[in-house]
Amino acid sequence: MTILVLADHRDGMLAGTVSRVVTAAQEIGGAIDILVAGRDCGAIAAAAAEIAGVNRVLCADDPRYEHGPAERIADLLVSLAPGYDVLMAPAGSAGKAIMPRAAAMLDVMQVSEIVAVRGPDRFDRRIYAGNAILTVEAQDARKVLTVRASAFVDAGRGPAAPVQALAPLDGPALSSFVSLEASHSDRPDLTTARVVVSGGRALRSKAGFAELILPLADKLGAAVGASRAAVDAGFVGNDVQVGQTGRIVAPDLYIACGISGAIQHLAGMKDSRVIVAINNDAQAPIMQLADFALVADIFEALPELTRKL
Amino acid sequence: MSLKIIVPVKRVIEASVRIRLRSDGGGPDMANAKMAMNPFDEIALEEAVRLREQGLADDVLAVSIGPQAAQETLRTALALGADRALLVETGAAIEPLAIARILAAIIAEEGAQLVLMGKLSIDEDNNQTGPMLAGFLGWGQAGCASGIVVSHNTARVTCETDGGLETLDVPLPAVITADLRLNEPRYPSLPNIMKARKKPLETRALDAFGIDTAPRLKRIEVREPPERQAGLVVETVDDLIARLRDADLIPAGSAAQ
Ligand SMILES: Cc1cc2nc3c(=O)[nH]c(=O)nc-3n(C[C@H](O)[C@H](O)[C@H](O)COP(=O)(O)OP(=O)(O)OC[C@H]3O[C@@H](n4cnc5c(N)ncnc54)[C@H](O)[C@@H]3O)c2cc1C
Repeated sequence: MTILVLADHRDGMLAGTVSRVVTAAQEIGGAIDILVAGRDCGAIAAAAAEIAGVNRVLCADDPRYEHGPAERIADLLVSLAPGYDVLMAPAGSAGKAIMPRAAAMLDVMQVSEIVAVRGPDRFDRRIYAGNAILTVEAQDARKVLTVRASAFVDAGRGPAAPVQALAPLDGPALSSFVSLEASHSDRPDLTTARVVVSGGRALRSKAGFAELILPLADKLGAAVGASRAAVDAGFVGNDVQVGQTGRIVAPDLYIACGISGAIQHLAGMKDSRVIVAINNDAQAPIMQLADFALVADIFEALPELTRKL
Repeated sequence: MSLKIIVPVKRVIEASVRIRLRSDGGGPDMANAKMAMNPFDEIALEEAVRLREQGLADDVLAVSIGPQAAQETLRTALALGADRALLVETGAAIEPLAIARILAAIIAEEGAQLVLMGKLSIDEDNNQTGPMLAGFLGWGQAGCASGIVVSHNTARVTCETDGGLETLDVPLPAVITADLRLNEPRYPSLPNIMKARKKPLETRALDAFGIDTAPRLKRIEVREPPERQAGLVVETVDDLIARLRDADLIPAGSAAQ
């Protein structure tokens, strides 16, 4: 079997999710190539080449691929598809835009966000906001998969695989990049972080979120997450929303502060190893699910916790 | 400028319902479940209706591919402001790839220039039909929209991404998928519900399209995820810290003082 993994990257860095997708690819079995498309992406390709188990990195370094236009990258994948049995990518925002487009062009039914590999054609995925596991067998000759990175471990580093330059494809530009309102942060990436501290509506304001959640996250070297209510209210950016329609995380430790635990939020964090919930309502759904539930007012408990760590 | 907009809508189990699985491994028990329009589709529809209200579109067609009961969802769409509705009736569960292909055929017939649709449906959580449709049509796409401004045959779309808010210009025709923060959908008013009864709702049989909708994914099993073990109520912050330290979850040396 031959497998092509589309790399995700941002700010000149390879996304941590890619080496987890390589693990999923290894479970499927076969020669694993990685495709890096972007502008000035040589360093990203070099980083991808050092993921253990990678056979070769294809690098399409061209202004046309800057900002990752979904249409052009799907075209590139389709042009490479004849050489591969499986095309896969992390189920981040890029993979979710590019892979289904390529799948349709290849007349393949994508298997979205797999969480386990049961065999070369058999995969598990979560449906109904994580409340059921569906096992499917993909019957198309070629497979297109997106992978929920939080469900696989990092493949680790190995000797550098060769990097091969790829000529860009001509073709119409469809969507074009205008701007990015990026959220810069020195904290670990949410999807792959070991510890996540999340805040909900109870934080009351952007200032409340900044004063209670961020210092605790800093103390723990944790990524910051949030409920939809906290994002809707503007306490924090959209890119940290955890849940069915946000990011899916499975850290060793998830600390939910002032979050009720709606089905859609649980969908994004239920597979965390240990869940701590701090809530003044002992009956909140998240308190039933938590490994450690602290019934307390977050405005008192969080400063105390941060101070004592 | 006047656009023809198509909004695909799906009937799903209502978002707040905690599903129950059938004992035969076939999936959730739909028999008594409360059904509703997929929330993301409702947001896409609201956006389409607003574009028409701003004079930027002159026709909004809501399309559902599903059982006869989806007529109810389409009536809701009409009450929310769609001009017309089309049900492609089938009792079978159709995969996104075939849904996208049927939608592409309808778009070709209708000569629509814009498709506004939900980024995912909350039942199967696939997150793929929009880009698939754009791929079939060879159109531009923008996903997870939290803002759309249409002018001069271009849509300027703000997309929610893992890296923040990305703004794209997409030439029309295009497929745009809606995220939760795009708008706050209205409720259907009583007069609009009455009016919706008189709006055209066409039903066509799936067979009439001559599209192969045989599933490509064989569904082996649907089962419950593993239950989490019941947890522990801790009384104090010190107690919490001690337990996290015991479990090696917080750095050694961090101790309650
Ligand atoms: C289609 C759809 C998709 C969705 N997707 C997502 C998603 O991806 N992610 C997501 O998170 N949500 C999502 N939601 C929204 C979800 O249903 C909930 O509305 C949301 O998660 C609630 O956020 P919350 O827990 O912060 O707020 P609330 O539900 O209001 O909970 C606040 C909690 O804080 C507690 N509290 C209040 N004050 C204090 C205090 N001083 N000290 C301690 N505790 C306090 C309360 O007891 C309560 O439990 C989605 C909804 C829909 C319909």
